[in-house]
Amino acid sequence: MENDAVVIRAESLGKKYLIGHQGERERYVALRDVVAHNVHRLGRTAMDLVRGCPMVDGDELEEFWALKDVSFEIKRGEVTGVIGPNGAGKSTLLKILSRITEPSEGRVTINGRVASLLEVGTGFHPELTGRENIFLNGAILGMTKKEIKAKFDEIVAFSEVEKFLDTPVKRYSSGMYVRLAFAVAAHLEPEILIVDEVLAVGDAQFQKKCLGKMQDVSQEGRTVLFVSHDMRKVTALCSRGILLNRGKIKRDGQMAMVADVYLTHRLNSGGFADLANREDRSGSGEVQFQSIELLVDGEQRRTFAFREPLSQKIRVKVKKRIGAALVQTTIVSSDGVPVCCFMNTDEGCNWLADIGDYEFTITIERLLLYPGTYSIELWLGDRNRYRIDLINEAISFTVYQGTNSELERSLDRANGLVYQSAIWNYVKQ
Amino acid sequence: MAGLTVAMTKKDQAHRTLERVLVLEAGRAERHYWRDLWSYRELFAILAWRDIAIRYKQTVIGIAWAVVRPLLTMLIFTVIFGRLAHLPSDGAVPYPVMVFAGMLPWMLFSTVLSEASNSLVSNANLISKVYFPRLIVPCASSVVALVEFAITFILLVLMMLWFGVLPDFRIVFLPLFIALAVLASLGPALYITALNVKYRDFRFIIPFIVQFGMYVSPVGFSSAVIPEKWRLLYRLNPVVGVIDGFRWCLLRGQSELYMPGLYLNLVVIATFLWLGVSYFRKTERTFADLI
Repeated sequence: MENDAVVIRAESLGKKYLIGHQGERERYVALRDVVAHNVHRLGRTAMDLVRGCPMVDGDELEEFWALKDVSFEIKRGEVTGVIGPNGAGKSTLLKILSRITEPSEGRVTINGRVASLLEVGTGFHPELTGRENIFLNGAILGMTKKEIKAKFDEIVAFSEVEKFLDTPVKRYSSGMYVRLAFAVAAHLEPEILIVDEVLAVGDAQFQKKCLGKMQDVSQEGRTVLFVSHDMRKVTALCSRGILLNRGKIKRDGQMAMVADVYLTHRLNSGGFADLANREDRSGSGEVQFQSIELLVDGEQRRTFAFREPLSQKIRVKVKKRIGAALVQTTIVSSDGVPVCCFMNTDEGCNWLADIGDYEFTITIERLLLYPGTYSIELWLGDRNRYRIDLINEAISFTVYQGTNSELERSLDRANGLVYQSAIWNYVKQ
Repeated sequence: MAGLTVAMTKKDQAHRTLERVLVLEAGRAERHYWRDLWSYRELFAILAWRDIAIRYKQTVIGIAWAVVRPLLTMLIFTVIFGRLAHLPSDGAVPYPVMVFAGMLPWMLFSTVLSEASNSLVSNANLISKVYFPRLIVPCASSVVALVEFAITFILLVLMMLWFGVLPDFRIVFLPLFIALAVLASLGPALYITALNVKYRDFRFIIPFIVQFGMYVSPVGFSSAVIPEKWRLLYRLNPVVGVIDGFRWCLLRGQSELYMPGLYLNLVVIATFLWLGVSYFRKTERTFADLI
């Protein structure tokens, strides 16, 4: 067969949805208007029924292209990540590829057995036991009874719910439920695996296990198409990336490059947080934080590449003179671990707080944090460390590895939090 | 374990050679639809099993509901039509037996109709997340009706023994009429379940059809009480032939089988079935978008 290596080929795919809007002047007061409106509405839905059109709520209809003119080819054994902001059409694309919905235009050619995992535990029934649900879910995902039987013990071991196998799943904790559901899915053996944002569930340890399983899968030479918002997972798993935005392909190529493009475009607004009106603060309040800004070379940002310089600009209002004061900012990881903390006196920047407004700039020359999401905690106190103002999560930001990390491995949060360079030597003995 | 893996890969290979290139396109008719359907038979079995397994979960008397409901209805009909209205039974058959023999196919018909009609909507989570030929869903849900039918059938056997009504050779035709009852119901059910995806109005229409249909069909009375000149017209109701057939098979032919009526019934059933299947298949591909 020609082009045997290409397993999925999409040619100018498009998917159109009809969406309804509530009209502008629809806030009726008079009963007469309400009646007239409803009669009009009834007339329209009746017409829809006669013509066999789908019913859409709202008064104004609009065509919406969730996908437009999308073309790509995926070769056997390729692990591709599909990324993009919300509403970019990622899920629609996966739905078309997994045959759940048909494209409005264009065509897809698929060569191989496809299994799609758009959700963990599809078809799980709360009244049935764990054992029964394994068979049910397995069959729904396209496994044969024989396959499930052969893998049953493996699935149970993977899920770590042996003890509750004969308990209805409605009695399970949500963690157990997800583990069982994922265990079934992880044992699928299709030639093409389509996965949507399903790893976002479960506890961190189990997520790691699933990720390991996914990696095994991709190393077996299976074609995988993977959607996720978690850039760390996508970059760790995928070699190729497709960036979608507003239903179109914006970039297609090496994952790291595509991820860079995505992250630098995304969230570059909003590297600023107004703190003057924050209610969730504590302290005596003679001095208060007004705002925080995150900058790279004077440009506001919320995503930073590894090794990029990061500046924090903090504005403070002093309402009452307190003399010598301490300002401290702490970077906290997404799981609540304080990573590092900066205090003005550390670097000899002594400050005497007199009534007025002040602006501090704290620059980290090379940000050596592992990729992930972090937040900044701001603290202000007097000489005796008496708390004057404290704000948790004043602002959050994301770190990604980027192409200029000068490292060959990909930094995984599981291996650390802060990168520290070291001098390596070896001798033969 | 090793042997097992080898066997699986061999089967996989067989699978691969059978495999065809799949093309997805707007409005493209599935060429291998029925073969595809066959390859999903395991899913059909497991969905049917699921529906049966969960039907009486968390009820006190459980499966006994399958007995209690027809029994009570039979009693009411016997009292109303037999005792109060003094309608005649077929031949020498005791009125309760005749009612019950008609009740059985009616219950089968109406359970298939209501279960299958709601099946797509109640399986919305599956439809929007996984691909499989959607026809499996309503068909699997009608298996529940067959299981309930089997249970009620035992009750009928007991009743016939009690009243001393024993069937003759005609009982061999019974499976035909059972199949006819399911097909008669499946046609409209497929149409309605597909419509129900788009217009949820049908959820309210079904209970009405079922209730109304029980009085329109000869459930509580014999179809012999219908005046001669309306006889053929009455047969436009597909259930009439099914119920008459049941009584004919079970009650030693004491209820007569009106052949022209039966042929008309067959035509009506086949038409509905064709309409249902073709509409279902036409709209099937849009279910996930609309549900």
